[in-house]
Amino acid sequence: MNLVPRASQWGELIRPDRVHGSLYSDPAIFEAELQNIWYRTWVYVGHESEVPNANDYVVKSIGPQSVIMTRDEQGKVNLLLNRCSHRGNQVCSYDKGNARSFTCPFHSWTFANDGRLVGYAFPDGYEGQDKSKLALGRVTRVQSYRGFVFGSFAAEGPTLEEHLGGAAETIDRLVRFSPEGEVEVTAGFLKHRVKANWKFILENECDGYHPAFVHSSIFGVADSAIGKLYGGASTAVTRDYGNGHTEIDLRPEFRKRDAPMSWFGTTEERLPDYTARMKAAYGDQKAREIMIDGTPHVMIFPNLFIAEIQMFVIQPLAVDDSVQHVTALQFKGAPDINRRLRQQTMGSVGPAGLLLADDSEMYERCHRGVLARNPEWIFLGRGEKRERQDDLGFKIGHVTDEIPSRGIWRHYRSLMEAV
Amino acid sequence: MLSRESSATLMSAVTAFIYKEARLQDEHQYEAWEALWTDDGIYWVPANGDDIDPEKEMSIIYDNRSRISLRIRQLLTGKRHTQTPQSRLRRLVSNIELLDQQPGGDISVASNSMVFESSLRDDTIWAARNEYRLRYVDGELRMAYKKVILVNNEKALFTLSFLI
Repeated sequence: MNLVPRASQWGELIRPDRVHGSLYSDPAIFEAELQNIWYRTWVYVGHESEVPNANDYVVKSIGPQSVIMTRDEQGKVNLLLNRCSHRGNQVCSYDKGNARSFTCPFHSWTFANDGRLVGYAFPDGYEGQDKSKLALGRVTRVQSYRGFVFGSFAAEGPTLEEHLGGAAETIDRLVRFSPEGEVEVTAGFLKHRVKANWKFILENECDGYHPAFVHSSIFGVADSAIGKLYGGASTAVTRDYGNGHTEIDLRPEFRKRDAPMSWFGTTEERLPDYTARMKAAYGDQKAREIMIDGTPHVMIFPNLFIAEIQMFVIQPLAVDDSVQHVTALQFKGAPDINRRLRQQTMGSVGPAGLLLADDSEMYERCHRGVLARNPEWIFLGRGEKRERQDDLGFKIGHVTDEIPSRGIWRHYRSLMEAV
Repeated sequence: MLSRESSATLMSAVTAFIYKEARLQDEHQYEAWEALWTDDGIYWVPANGDDIDPEKEMSIIYDNRSRISLRIRQLLTGKRHTQTPQSRLRRLVSNIELLDQQPGGDISVASNSMVFESSLRDDTIWAARNEYRLRYVDGELRMAYKKVILVNNEKALFTLSFLI
C-alpha cells in the first residue's frame, strides 16, 4: 500500500484481535503517524532535572525533529525547535550545556534561550522588520507532570492530565519511591538504534508473553526470579489504561512475597540508609508498602516507558529506523539505591545489554518478517476471552495476555481516524 | 624505565597478546577469552565521550569480573538470540603502544582497532581506541582492564552483542 488510508479505512487494517502488517512497514503510514500522533498528541520530551539551573539546556527530540529543552532566566522550561528562523540551520550543535542564547553559525542570528530573536548581523538590511515574528519555532503546548515534561504541537486538545488519565497514578507510584518524592534523570542516556518500526518497541514494552523465551538465556545463568513473574502461574496482570497507556502490574506477585525490596532482589537490611529515609518520610507502614510494591512497569503512549528501574524514550526516525534512549532512574535522597540502579541498568539495557540486545534482535527480525505478506496479519488475540475489569474499570488480564497491544491499537486507530 | 632490549621483548609479548585476544573475539572463543582476564578485571565501553565517570554515568558496558563471567555464560547458553547465529567478525588491530610500566606493576598499553561485523541486520563497521592494563600472572600476560572507546560512542548505536 502506498496511499494513506482514508479515515473510514483504518478499521480495515486495525481489527479488534489483529492488525495489518503494512502498519509497520508502509512509509506513507509512517508519515501519517508523524502528523496524527507525533506532531499532535502529548509526547514525552525530557525531565526537569536535566535542566536544573537557569540557562541550562539539553537537546531532545520529537520524532525526527530536534528540540532544545531550555530553562530560561525566569526558570521556565521551554521546548524550542532547533532550526534558525532565517534559513533553517540548526542553532545548537551540542547535546547539553548552559547558555543564555544560541547564535546561528550561518549568519549570526542570535536567539535568547526562551526563543526570542534578539539580534542579527548587519541589522540595517532589516529595516522595519518585526523581530518578534522571527522567533525560534516552539512546541505549542508544554506541560509537566511530577517533573516529566511533555509537549504537544496541537494548540488545542486534551490537557496533559486528561491524556495521562488513569496512568498518571503510575507516575505517582514511581516518584514516591524517593524519600523526597522526586525522580532525577542525571545518569546520561544510552542510545540504542534498531532497524525496525517504532511500534514493535512500543508493543513489546508491556508484552508479558515474551520474557520466558527472549530472555531465557539470562534468566537461566543469572539465577533470576524475574522469569517466574512472567510464567503461566503468575498472578501479575496486564492493564489497559486507555489513551494507549498500558502496564504490567507485578504487585500481586510482590505482595505475595511480602518482603520489602524483594522486587529489586535485595532486602531492607542491605539498604539501611534508604530504608531509614523512607520510614522517616512516609512512616513505617506506608514505607513498607511502597518498598514491597516496587516501582511501575508502564508504557505511556507513545514514547515514555518506565521499566521499574530505568526509563526508555522511543524515537522514530523513519518507518524502519528507531532509537531507544535509556537511562537509570535516580531517586532524590536515595544515594545507596541509586548506584545499584545504575549498575543494574547498565547491565540490562543499551546496545550491549544482557536483556535489551535480545529484544532489539526481535524488533529487527519482526520488521523483516512483516515484509512477507502471507499471512497479512499480526495476530493479537491472546487472552481476548478472559479479559476482565479491575476495581477502577480498567481492562486487565493475565500477565502473558495481549491486552496492552489491543489497547495501543484501539487508541492508535482513534488518533488516525480523527483527521 | 626498561632497557631498550627488555622494552622490545615486552613489546613483542604484548603485541602477541593483543593479536591473540583479537582472534579469540573474532572467533567467539568465549571461554578462552574469559581466561585472559585477571580476577579483578574491568571491561569498560563508555558512552557519550571518552572520559565519563562510569560510577555516575551510563556506559555501554561497565563489567566487573563477575559480570564479565555472566556475559560469557549468557553467550554460552546458545540462546543469546542476538548472537544466534553469531556475527561474522574480523578486526584489524594496530598502533600498539607501550604507555607505561612500573617495575612489578601493570603494563599500560593502547591500540586502535577496526571491526567488520556481518550480522542478520546488516554489515557494520566499528572503530575504537583500546586501552589496556596488562599484568603477568604465573608467567602469563593477563588483562586487568580493557577500555574500548568507540569513535562514535556519542551516537545511537546498533546492537553490540559480540565481544568488542
